[in-house]
Amino acid sequence: MTLATFIQHFLNSLTLGSLYALIAIGYTMVYGILRLINFAHSEIFMLGAYFVFWGITLFHLPWAAAMVVSIISVAGIGILVDRVAYRPLRDAPRISALISAIGVSFFLQNVAIVFFQAIPRQVYRPQWLEQPMLWGDVRVLPLTLFVPLLSFCLMMVLVYIVYHTKAGLGMRAISKDIETSYLMGVPVNKVIALTFGIGSALAAASGIMWALRYPQLQPIMGAIPGFKAFIAAVVGGIGSIQGAVIGGLLLGFIEIMTVAFFPDLAGYRDAFAFILLICVLLIKPTGIMGVKTEDKV
Amino acid sequence: MKRLGVLCMVLAMVCGFAGMALASDTVRVGVFLPLTGQNAFGGQLELEGVQMAHKEMGEVLGKKVELFVVDNKSDKVESANAVKRLIEKEKVQAIIGTYGSSLAMAGGEVSEKAGIPQVGTSCTNPLVTQGKKYIFRVCFIDPFQGAGAATYAFRDLGLKKAALLIDVANDYSVGLASFFNKSFTKLGGEIVSTLNYQSGDQDFTAQLQEIMSKQPDVLFIPSYFAEGAIIMKQAQELGATFQIMGGDAMDNPEITAIGGSAVEGFIHTTFPYDPSMPDMNPVAQKFTAEWTKINPDKDPNVNAALGYDAYMIIMDAITRAGSAEPQAIRDALAATKDFVGVTGMTTINETHDAEKPVGLVKIIDGKKTYVGAITPEL
Repeated sequence: MTLATFIQHFLNSLTLGSLYALIAIGYTMVYGILRLINFAHSEIFMLGAYFVFWGITLFHLPWAAAMVVSIISVAGIGILVDRVAYRPLRDAPRISALISAIGVSFFLQNVAIVFFQAIPRQVYRPQWLEQPMLWGDVRVLPLTLFVPLLSFCLMMVLVYIVYHTKAGLGMRAISKDIETSYLMGVPVNKVIALTFGIGSALAAASGIMWALRYPQLQPIMGAIPGFKAFIAAVVGGIGSIQGAVIGGLLLGFIEIMTVAFFPDLAGYRDAFAFILLICVLLIKPTGIMGVKTEDKV
Repeated sequence: MKRLGVLCMVLAMVCGFAGMALASDTVRVGVFLPLTGQNAFGGQLELEGVQMAHKEMGEVLGKKVELFVVDNKSDKVESANAVKRLIEKEKVQAIIGTYGSSLAMAGGEVSEKAGIPQVGTSCTNPLVTQGKKYIFRVCFIDPFQGAGAATYAFRDLGLKKAALLIDVANDYSVGLASFFNKSFTKLGGEIVSTLNYQSGDQDFTAQLQEIMSKQPDVLFIPSYFAEGAIIMKQAQELGATFQIMGGDAMDNPEITAIGGSAVEGFIHTTFPYDPSMPDMNPVAQKFTAEWTKINPDKDPNVNAALGYDAYMIIMDAITRAGSAEPQAIRDALAATKDFVGVTGMTTINETHDAEKPVGLVKIIDGKKTYVGAITPEL
């Protein structure tokens, strides 16, 4: 393998990995606070991508504006899902909330099939993301750099919110002990709604970027990335933001590099990737960053 | 208690008679197609073709024809359930379906057991009809199509080195790739790289990078349309310059809308019908005109044509048999000879496949262009 090919593989891994990481953060945030696996996350992801499409084709919004509108409205849907499907079950056994999450996931998926139709749709991509740059033998699309860069910025914003704002303090408090937080006057439901809002906004952002990278929209497009990102979150140590990032990047790199170095395994790369991830969990059952005493948000 | 039993028996008999009376009043035709999921694209079009044919010929032997449509959701298990439902609940006398070889095989097992004739639309894997008494199809099979693609690439385009990118989780893809491989090497070409992926994958950059390092002249992707479009997009982004070819599953009017500039120059094999075809038979002309009247903003395509042909071939069989009994339909279908369909002259051979030449379509200036038909060197 030449150096140029390796760099190309590296960039591809980085893009895929940061997409997984971004989705994984959404799972990890909700889990950290509520101990709830939000299965609807992958459908929120899909809605984010579709809203941009409709914003551009139906309302003729410019691309950037459609993106912002999509992220905001999807955040709203996330809060709505929490209000309708999770908040009434806050005191119910955890398994009930989990089933409710699966229900929401199927519901949103089928609503999308009815309203958006199952036919795949084309994604609009701004020209400047598509013009390839040549670095010697390496061919780089601005898109390949844009995706990890934007993911990184969003993660930084998130870390700031969680560790340096009052709302973030509330989140961390709830993740430690929800009952005591109530007693100490933390507006628990508001903070949880905010968490869902932020988590859904991140899902929308990753959905949009996923659609830029793999330009096709389908109602079931969230299922496989969502599933993989969830696993990445668990491997990284669910509840930990840094863990989600590490897990996501790790999965992206394993998937691409498996094919790069062992082309014959290409058809079974998921099996191969997951065997490696199982090994990680066997050595560290709580995940890479999953230390019991850590702040879980 | 005894009286209740008698009552039940009487009731059952009455219902039975009512059911029989109902069955002989109309001809019941079942349709199972993927209307959602991975193959929804082709399934929807085939359904439209079937419905168009039904509208045109809604009566056979003086009886009304009733259509029962069930979605098999692009899923093998759902496919078997769909056929079961058509046979047991709707009591159909013949079945049309389906797009997708894996789906056709899963559904075919059920109709074969029940003895209900089934006519496949675009399921091209040889195994679909192999050893089956009641399963037919209006399309050709993959060895034929694979050989067609290989012959065209090697002989007509002069491409000597080929690479394959195969969906290992899909019978159609694996089968077609191996037939292409066989014919291409037999003709004297060389396969420089064979790589796999799995249905649902969206990132093909690693595979494409590896293929590019082997510098093939042509990449053959026996994939479905949705994945094929993404593969071509990524190949373009990585700067690949080789010719890309595919099979009939890539035949879709939306290909240029979804693939954009990435599909320019792409060539795929198909059944001998395309609206851009220069010399059409009268049936195809009529089909094209009728379709354009109903869908002014959508081009007709080969899947719709096959759906149309599948329905018409069943009607033809019923007319020739003079009966709509499943067994009679089956025997008449097996004897079909020189039936003129939208996709050309169709004869059902002893393995229940339709014999017809392989058509070739190329994307030129963002438009699907029929470049001719080829009779492959097997």
